[in-house]
Amino acid sequence: MADPVSRRDFLARTGLIGCSLAASPLLTPVSFAAAPWDTRLVVIILRGGMDGLDVVQPYGDPAFNRLRGSLALGPEGGAYDLDGYFALHPSLAPLIPMWEAGQLSFAHAVSTPYRDKRSHFDGQDLLEAGTTSLAGVRDGWLNRMLQTVPDVTPQTAYAVGRSDMRLLQGKAEVANWSPDAQLDLSPQAVRLLELVTESDPALHAALSEAQLLSQMADDEQKRGKGGHVEIAEFAAARLSDEARIAAFSLNGWDTHSTQKRTINTALTRLSETLLTLRGKMRGDTWRKTAVVAMTEFGRTARQNGTAGTDHGTGGLMILAGGAIKGGHVFGDWPGLGDGDLYQDRDLMPTSDVRAQAAWVMRGLTGLDRHVLESAIFPGLDMGSDPGLIL
Amino acid sequence: MRDFDPELAEIRFGYGLSPLYDAPTGADQILAGMAGPDTVQTAFPIESFAKFRARMVEAQKQREIRRKNRGTELAAAARKQRNVINREARMAMFVWLGQTMLRRAHTQTAFRERVVSFWADHFTAHGKRGVIRRGTSPYVEDAIRPFVAGRFEDLLQSAVMHPLMLDYLDQTTSMGPNSFRAEKRGPNKPAGLNENLAREVLELHTLGVDGPYGQQDVTELAELFTGLSFDARNGFKFRKDFAEPGSERVLGVDYGEEANVKSVRVALRDLASHPATARHLASKLAVHFVSDTPDPKLIDALEAAYVDHDGQLLPMYEVLLNHPSAWEPTVSNFKLPIDFMSSALRALAIPKDAFAKREEKWMRRFFAAPLTHMGQQWERPIGPDGWSEEDPEWITPQGLAARVSWAMAVPVRMIEPLPDPRAFAEVALGRFADDAVRFAAAAAESRPEAIGLVLMSPAFQRR
Repeated sequence: MADPVSRRDFLARTGLIGCSLAASPLLTPVSFAAAPWDTRLVVIILRGGMDGLDVVQPYGDPAFNRLRGSLALGPEGGAYDLDGYFALHPSLAPLIPMWEAGQLSFAHAVSTPYRDKRSHFDGQDLLEAGTTSLAGVRDGWLNRMLQTVPDVTPQTAYAVGRSDMRLLQGKAEVANWSPDAQLDLSPQAVRLLELVTESDPALHAALSEAQLLSQMADDEQKRGKGGHVEIAEFAAARLSDEARIAAFSLNGWDTHSTQKRTINTALTRLSETLLTLRGKMRGDTWRKTAVVAMTEFGRTARQNGTAGTDHGTGGLMILAGGAIKGGHVFGDWPGLGDGDLYQDRDLMPTSDVRAQAAWVMRGLTGLDRHVLESAIFPGLDMGSDPGLIL
Repeated sequence: MRDFDPELAEIRFGYGLSPLYDAPTGADQILAGMAGPDTVQTAFPIESFAKFRARMVEAQKQREIRRKNRGTELAAAARKQRNVINREARMAMFVWLGQTMLRRAHTQTAFRERVVSFWADHFTAHGKRGVIRRGTSPYVEDAIRPFVAGRFEDLLQSAVMHPLMLDYLDQTTSMGPNSFRAEKRGPNKPAGLNENLAREVLELHTLGVDGPYGQQDVTELAELFTGLSFDARNGFKFRKDFAEPGSERVLGVDYGEEANVKSVRVALRDLASHPATARHLASKLAVHFVSDTPDPKLIDALEAAYVDHDGQLLPMYEVLLNHPSAWEPTVSNFKLPIDFMSSALRALAIPKDAFAKREEKWMRRFFAAPLTHMGQQWERPIGPDGWSEEDPEWITPQGLAARVSWAMAVPVRMIEPLPDPRAFAEVALGRFADDAVRFAAAAAESRPEAIGLVLMSPAFQRR
């Protein structure tokens, strides 16, 4: 709605804005943040319940074809054979080079401790809280991770995109930004806005953060790309600089009907997101990066009556980046045969998705196992090291 | 003891103060208004779904023509015509956005608009493909609005069995595994249940996620629901050939000896009168209207009103409007973007014809796109649980940046001339205006910025 701002104009204004708000504690300029590690972690929450059995298809399991009907493709149906047992959904074909380069892996049959009610909303809340129950928990596990590390600055971690990420909510300060929101105000209006909102700390803090981040956002953003590409570009830019952690969501995984079509859209967004991160990270940043994509639950082992799948239990985690051990389908495969399924309906979860995430964080940052099992994921037993990180 | 306060009533239970209309003087006046004629509905009409279906029929006709004449000019013309139909429906959707906001700006019973929006969100639905994607406002007009002052069980049936809901939650293709239709298809073309609607009816519409139901109840309810369907020409219909034969046991009760609509209605009625439903609805109303963390006594009182009056909604509203904890004098809940915009237009006394003859592009640029940037894309909540009630979800840097841009740039394009900002602060905020807002309204460099500052004040954004 505001007219496009020229670069000079933009810099002039943001300079003034910076002066007028210098007193705010959130606005202390940080040149090079002293995060105590140099690796990068990107967490993507796949909202809606991704059908792991469709994304990485266990075509080598004798029960697969019978359960899955028309959704069962396997290598004969155009899926890419990963290892003679699992095959990658054709919509993720753009990621094959990443797999071949050893920068893509999967962990199958993983889940949170959430069981039986199969509600998206509770499932997502628990995934982001990282606990075994939601009672009394207000913060997210990624925020608790930041709380355990000294020298974390507000620029260390970014929650990117329009939806607020519970994953990063909590006591540790993180930056919040959506690449398409920009402020364009006179310095006077900025001062008065400060004054008017001073009495409301939550409102005031969020507005201050918006001001700060407007200065950093690139004003020559390209238009017309999907929101997910812009989000990935923004995350890549920040991670190439001082940020060490970024988290955002990709929606659209709730494929109750005509899954062939609906999952294609979601998978295409996912592969574009990963390729954008890889392509846009500068220098050797990508080599130091682990991307972890996780979902609230998997879907039913059987295709339902409308060529889709309903809410299930065991799911799939996706790992990408130069820091991970690529080319593997991790996890303890429970099988799909009679008696193997959870409640005769869903893929049986054989490991806790939080354990996988914990091993990734340990591999990236050297965090103490005890801290991971008590402060970040209270009560978790990480089990033995699956070797997800190089 | 706190009690009814006219200014707070307009802010907390309506769409804020207006320079044109007096605030209600008591709860009785609001409740009488709810029972009285729906004048803004007539003044700012929105198409009924029955009428909207004609668009779907038209689109279907063109699809038929294309199908039968593949590769010919006839098919190309039909395709063109279908695009016209789609475009017209899309344009209408933005007209209805305008009408919805005008109703809120010009009503004298603002509480009615609030409860319509509350129940429309409780029964979130939108169409999935083609013209029906634009049908949410007509759905609300037919399936929600006429029922908001009646009994919940009627509202529940009207929403759950509405074509838009059946489409949204995949009900129309859900087939009983032993239904006539499934048998006819044979083992090579398997068909079966889709439990999406059944699950959300239990989890969101009635018992609540903590309610006493399990997977088996979801599955059986899904079997009971098989057959619920619609077609564009006639609206709702029951497809006997999709229906699962035999009875289904939901929460320990057997339904559907005979597969028909009546069994579904009986089950929905029972769900409506379940104690867990009373609790769930009571708690949602309290959170929505009063605070993210409401007084448990208020929830108890709302629940009791529902149980004691056989699921009537007006007695619940009566409790809500008379309970002491509903009149906490400091404003708390953060307005959602569409409410923020609507109450800004009410305070600015937007002319009744402000959107007449405006092009779709204009409505998108100044209303629909900013709403999306504030985090609330018009009629497109992310999931069937509707928009979040939690304030932190809305108090985000990106969302507030979008509010600032809108508040400072859009009113000036709509209101000619803009009011004196000092007077506007008093009109919009009443006794909630504080010294900081008064100072800002007077000290701003321009009138548009001053108006924007008043709209961005905490006293305006909270209710």
